[in-house]
Amino acid sequence: MSEPGEPGGTPPEQKEPGAGAPDLGTDTSGPVDTLDQIPMGGVPEPGETPAEQSPDRASTITEMPTHGEHRDLEGGHATTTGLSNNKMGMWLFLGSECLLFGGLISTYMLYRGRHSGSIGPDQIYDIPFTSVSSFVLLMSSLTMVLAVSSITRGDRRNAKLWLVITALLGATFLGGQVYEFTTFYREGLGFTTSLFSSSFYTLTGFHGTHVFVGIIMLLSLTGMLSRRRVTGDEAEVVELVGLYWHFVDIVWIVIFTLVYLIPA
Amino acid sequence: MAIIERPAPAPSRLVGAPPRVTADTSYGVFRRPVETTGWRSWLFTVDHKKIGIMYGVAAFAFFVIGGLEALLIRAQLAGPDGTLLSASVYNQMFTMHATSMVFLFAMPMAAAFGNYFLPLQIGARDVAFPRLNAFGFWCFLAGAIFVNLSWFLGGAADGGWFMYAPNSSVPFSPTHGIDFWGLGLQITGIASLTGAINLIVTVLNMRTKGMSLMRMPVLTWMVLVIQFLLLFAIPVITVALFLLMFQRIFGATFFSVADGADPLLWQHLFWIFGHPEVYILVLPSFGIVSEVLPVFSKKPLFGYPFVVFSGAAIGFVGWGVWAHHMFASGIGPVSVMVFSIATMAIAVPTGVKIINWTLTMWGGKLKFTTAMLFAIGLVVQFTLGGLSGVTHAVAPSDTQQTDTYYIVAHFHYVLFGGAVLGFFAGFYYWWPKVFGKCLDERLGKINFWLMSIGMNLTFGPMHIIGLQGQPRRMYVWTEARAGEGFFNMGFWNLVASIGAFTIAVGVLLFIFNVVKTTRSAPPAPLDPWDARTLEWMTTSPPKAHNFDALPEVHALDEFFHRKYEDVGEEGHHDLRRVATAEEILAGEEAKGDHHIHLPSPSYWPMVLAFSLPVVAIGVIYAPVVAIIGAVFALLAMFGWALEPAVADESDYEPPADDAPGTELATVGSSE
Repeated sequence: MSEPGEPGGTPPEQKEPGAGAPDLGTDTSGPVDTLDQIPMGGVPEPGETPAEQSPDRASTITEMPTHGEHRDLEGGHATTTGLSNNKMGMWLFLGSECLLFGGLISTYMLYRGRHSGSIGPDQIYDIPFTSVSSFVLLMSSLTMVLAVSSITRGDRRNAKLWLVITALLGATFLGGQVYEFTTFYREGLGFTTSLFSSSFYTLTGFHGTHVFVGIIMLLSLTGMLSRRRVTGDEAEVVELVGLYWHFVDIVWIVIFTLVYLIPA
Repeated sequence: MAIIERPAPAPSRLVGAPPRVTADTSYGVFRRPVETTGWRSWLFTVDHKKIGIMYGVAAFAFFVIGGLEALLIRAQLAGPDGTLLSASVYNQMFTMHATSMVFLFAMPMAAAFGNYFLPLQIGARDVAFPRLNAFGFWCFLAGAIFVNLSWFLGGAADGGWFMYAPNSSVPFSPTHGIDFWGLGLQITGIASLTGAINLIVTVLNMRTKGMSLMRMPVLTWMVLVIQFLLLFAIPVITVALFLLMFQRIFGATFFSVADGADPLLWQHLFWIFGHPEVYILVLPSFGIVSEVLPVFSKKPLFGYPFVVFSGAAIGFVGWGVWAHHMFASGIGPVSVMVFSIATMAIAVPTGVKIINWTLTMWGGKLKFTTAMLFAIGLVVQFTLGGLSGVTHAVAPSDTQQTDTYYIVAHFHYVLFGGAVLGFFAGFYYWWPKVFGKCLDERLGKINFWLMSIGMNLTFGPMHIIGLQGQPRRMYVWTEARAGEGFFNMGFWNLVASIGAFTIAVGVLLFIFNVVKTTRSAPPAPLDPWDARTLEWMTTSPPKAHNFDALPEVHALDEFFHRKYEDVGEEGHHDLRRVATAEEILAGEEAKGDHHIHLPSPSYWPMVLAFSLPVVAIGVIYAPVVAIIGAVFALLAMFGWALEPAVADESDYEPPADDAPGTELATVGSSE
């Protein structure tokens, strides 16, 4: 991580030409620590205007500099590490989620063999079916990447399209899960039937809830993009939802492997 | 990892790409709150200082409630065959005493110190996510109230604070107490999790120029460490609480031995959370003491990197020792040995800290203020608690001591002697910074001695009665089995009860001190203690934007280095004062920033937080209520997402161009 002594406004590295938000430049001589270098306009704080304040400062609202020094609005990029606050917050949240699923998966692994014998993991799973729905979910990660890619290029129309497709694929997976749960229930595997069933439904139910929340986020984001109501950097918001979505997918890879593929 | 950063676009109101989001288009009915005075300015605030104060006040209230619960316990046990509390109420009392003190006092009090001082100490104007910060506080308060509602709705939780399964299942605890407990702690857990994310991002991302990680004050470091512990510990207890809830409310059998379940699952999940938790409770106080001791010793902290890294090491090793709470549960000799050794190992970084604090004082010009007394009290009492802790690390010895008062003695020495004394050191040290007035030193010293003597009277005898075999959680003891002579349990139980009331008098004196100084004390000097860190380089209390100019940091203990110059030669240090705090502050103010952007208040954090207990009540009593609560929560989330972090001009009433907020936008994120 870059220490503050280094040139600030870490360069917007690895950008494709023409990609993303307009490159605001990196011609900084160092990190900005005093905002009065920035003629932002607006009215000085009452009672705190020093006498030597130059009168033209308060009237320079139209001269907003466009270089990368601007650090404040919308989770500015001029953070100490160079990673935006929002993105770092999302990564930390996902780190925490790993432990949540860790606990649930451990519970399932402990109890997967504790059932009456006739309805256990080996008898009940329909692996071809779940493989197909897993494939659908994994494909939704691809469409999510395409959505992020579109919005980064400023292509709002395609971004919305890919977001909706991602949500539909997620909904397909969720529909598959509902079908699977219903089938299991008909075959006699209720939530309280055995320790195996309780821990299975809890684990996959928590994952399904995460997918459901993700679908709500995707659709809300699509609506907000349509009406231009996203607060902050649109591309980053799409990317943050994408991070969450990919996480949910990756967790499913682990669950699918441990729960379905490994024989009990 | 996608850590490639693209520049944020220029603010919308200047480039005009997305149209403005005004109050009318945002919410239809509501305008966003803009008050800067009065109760509304507190309820809807996103200012980290106001949130910190609210955290502190609420946590202290629960300290008093938890203390009253403790007094009732000690009153019951003062004599043989106590009749004050029934067995059932006694069970609720010790459960809620621990719950109040751990979850509703110590954790939020750490959040109070972290919230208030962390941005000040790293030279930031607010935290990274101001609305999330407010949401965390209201979640904590909502959850805390929710847990305590159970007292009035059929009885509180009665399974002990670690709520061991299967004792916590419905047949053994048929009231809704444990349901309230579990759901309430889920809500306070949300507060801890959001707070952890917020403060980690703040520390990593919002340091002022020159504030490298190894120049950060130790309080900031320790708060950072516990936020990582919270980040990874909270989801584990979340899983455990969900499983418990599914068992109690939906009839699952996760912990029913009769159905083939393994009750150790609960113990593992709980203690994987619970052992990091004890460091979460005590590390903030370690940070506070590491600030206080150097100031009143007139020396830099001895071995700053060692203090920092030993704190981080405690946090790290703290993940590998949870099963030492389970030595008596039959986890097998290999597990016992591994966890026993790991537990002994954790004494090393703790010992490093004790050595560093002692050597900080060694040869210093000690000044025995109240804050200093509390800090020294922590060093002494925590060491005592640590020593009895080592006896628990030895598994054969621990097996003898399990579930006796010896354990109670140990963890009260480390938690009262560690966490509480540290918090009080912090109160006395930072009171003039937060409220602009010094607490009375004479009353403070009496307060210290009452609490210090009181805690030794209370918890010291518990070593004796514990080794004599008095079990924890027994609501009576009988004279017939009390023993003879020096080891008579009756005598020592009475001493412990007298000690508990001595502590209570000390706490009352503190409250009296606060009331008295708030009413009549003169304003405190700007730098009453000759302090060393950045938070003293601004006014007391700090302005809403913390610093007129964000200070540039050149060294550890920046403020001290600006005040003093070392004119000594050949290894001798001879400090000469070159500037007063007032001069430094005036210099900073002269180059102040003129267009400081502050985040704007919001209704949504509070609405969202208080819709959660509605959901929880619905889960216990009627699903339809849960759905109503969830709908409110969803609406609040959308309100939040659609509300720009920066207040628009039209949000102000009247929407004048020179409204006090128009030049104040965000320092944090749009979340």
